[in-house]
Amino acid sequence: MQPDISVRHLNKTYGDGFQALKDINLEIERGEIFALLGPNGAGKTTLISIICGIVNLSSGEVKAAGYDIVKDYRKARETIGLVPQELNTDSFETVWDAVSFSRGLFGKAPNPDHIEKTLKALSLWDKRNNRIMSLSGGMKRRVMIAKALSHEPQILFLDEPTAGVDVELRRDMWEMVRKLRESGVTIILTTHYIEEAEEMADRIGVIRQGEIILVEDKAQLMTKLGKKELRLQLQQKLEQVPGELTLEPVELANDGWELIFTFDSQQEQAGVARLLRTLGDLGIEYRDLQTRESSLEEIFVGLVHE
Amino acid sequence: MNLYGIRAIYKFEMARMKRTVMQSVLSPVISTCLYFVVFGSAIGSRMGDIDNISYGAYIIPGLVMLSLLMQSISNASFGIYMPKFSGTIYEVLSAPVSYVEVVIGYVGAAATKSVILGLIILATAKLFVDYTVLHPFWMLSFLVLTSITFSLFGFIIGIWADGFEKLQIVPMMIVTPLVFLGGTFYSIDMLPEIWQTISLFNPVVYLISGFRWAFYGVSDVHVGISVGMTMVFLALCMTAVWWIFKTGYRLRS
Repeated sequence: MQPDISVRHLNKTYGDGFQALKDINLEIERGEIFALLGPNGAGKTTLISIICGIVNLSSGEVKAAGYDIVKDYRKARETIGLVPQELNTDSFETVWDAVSFSRGLFGKAPNPDHIEKTLKALSLWDKRNNRIMSLSGGMKRRVMIAKALSHEPQILFLDEPTAGVDVELRRDMWEMVRKLRESGVTIILTTHYIEEAEEMADRIGVIRQGEIILVEDKAQLMTKLGKKELRLQLQQKLEQVPGELTLEPVELANDGWELIFTFDSQQEQAGVARLLRTLGDLGIEYRDLQTRESSLEEIFVGLVHE
Repeated sequence: MNLYGIRAIYKFEMARMKRTVMQSVLSPVISTCLYFVVFGSAIGSRMGDIDNISYGAYIIPGLVMLSLLMQSISNASFGIYMPKFSGTIYEVLSAPVSYVEVVIGYVGAAATKSVILGLIILATAKLFVDYTVLHPFWMLSFLVLTSITFSLFGFIIGIWADGFEKLQIVPMMIVTPLVFLGGTFYSIDMLPEIWQTISLFNPVVYLISGFRWAFYGVSDVHVGISVGMTMVFLALCMTAVWWIFKTGYRLRS
C-alpha cells in the first residue's frame, strides 16, 4: 500500500539563503497519527507548508495520496485539509458561510448536510449564524478545524492545534482526532505539547535544524530511549554513594536521604534486582521506594539537545 | 477547471460588497453626483458647449470613468490584500485552484462591482444632466473592458502592497491626476499643442476618449486606437499577473 505522504530528498532554501529543510525523507502511512516534534524554527511549519502548497520547494519530491504536489497539484491538494498554527479567520463572515466557502474553494459541490454534521461534531452548530469575530479563541480554533474538514480530506494537517486552548477543549480535540483516525483520515500534527503527542500519536518524528533526526513508533521510542528511575527513601542518611555502587548509575538526593537509580527501561529487571541485593548486603535499609518512567518530553529534550 | 472554487471566491467578494454597501456604492455615487451638480448644473450652465455638447453632458463619460477606475482598483486591491493582511490567504494558496481561477474569482467580482457602480452612476446622472448614448453596445463594452483591466491592475497593486498606505498611493497619486489630466473636464484639442502631445502619453486619455465616443460620437483620438490601447494595458496587466503567480511574488516564498 502506498504511503499517504511521501517526501523524498526535500530541500528548502529561502530567498535570504536560509536553509530551512535539509534532505528530508519521510513516509506517512494511511490512517496513522503522526506527530512531528521539534523546537521553534526547526522547520516543522515549513515542511507542512510545502506539502500543502503554501511554500515552494527548492528541490526534491513530495506526494500526497500518491499525487505529486507540483505536477498533480489539484488532485494532491483536494486530499489535504490544513489547520494552521495562527487563528487566521475572516472576522466578518458567519461560521456557516466561512465553512461553506472552504468547501467550495476545494472544488466540492455544496453539501449542507456535511457542513451541518461537521459543525455539530465540533459543537459549533449553535454558533452557525454568528460572525467569527464574536467567537472566543477556542471557538475560532474549532472553526479552523471545521474549515479544514469541510471538503472531507483524506489527510489532515494540524499545526499546533491546541496552542492557547483550554484543557477541556484540548481533550475534546483529541477525541475528535481519534474519531477522524477511526474514519480512515491520516493525521499529521505538530505540537509543542509533548503530552499531546504522547496521548495520540502512533509514530513520532523529530526535526532539528531542518533535518529529520528520528522517526519511530511511539511505543518503541519510549522503550528504546526511555529511562526509568527508582527512588529509595533511606532509613539512615548517607554522606556519599557507597563504593560498591559507584559503577552503577546511582546518585544521592535530598541531603543524602534519597538514593536515585536510573536505568534503561529495557534492562530494568536485572539492574533493579542487582541494586537491591547490593543494598541488602551493605545493610542499607529504606522506608519506601517508587519507580517512574521518563516522559516523551524528556526523551524529546534529550534528542534535540544531543 | 475548479468552477466551485471560482464561485466561492466570487461569492465571498460580492458578499463583502453587500456588507460594505455604504462605502462600496453609496459613497462613490454621492461624490460623483456632487461633480454633476457643481460642474454639470451650476457651473456647466454658464459654460459654452464643447463639440456641440453641453458641458454638463460632456463631462459625464469622464466622471463615470474616474469612478470606474478608482473603484476597480480599490475593490480588487483590497480583495486580495485583506487575505494577505489577515493571513487567510493560506487557504487560497493551499486550495486546488489555478492562478487563472483565483484571478477570475477576485477580478471578476471586483469588475462586476465596478460595472454595477458605473451603471448606477449613469442612472443617477440622468437626474441632473440630460445626455444620450449613441452606441450603447460600445458604451457597455468600454465599461466592462475598463473594469476588468483596472481590476487586474488593482489586483497587482494588492499583491504588491505590504501596507494600507501603499494601497492608496497608486489610486490617489497616479490614477486621479491621470484622469483629471486625461480629458475628463475638457477636450485635449483645447490644450496648447505641446500639452496635446504630452497628453497622448496618458493612457487614460484613450479610455475617456473612447467612452465619450460611445456616448456622443465625438472623440479626441480614433475609437480604434482607444480600444487598442485598452487591450494593450489589459495584456500588460495579464502578463504581470502571470509573472506574479509563476514566481510566487509576495504570495509564495
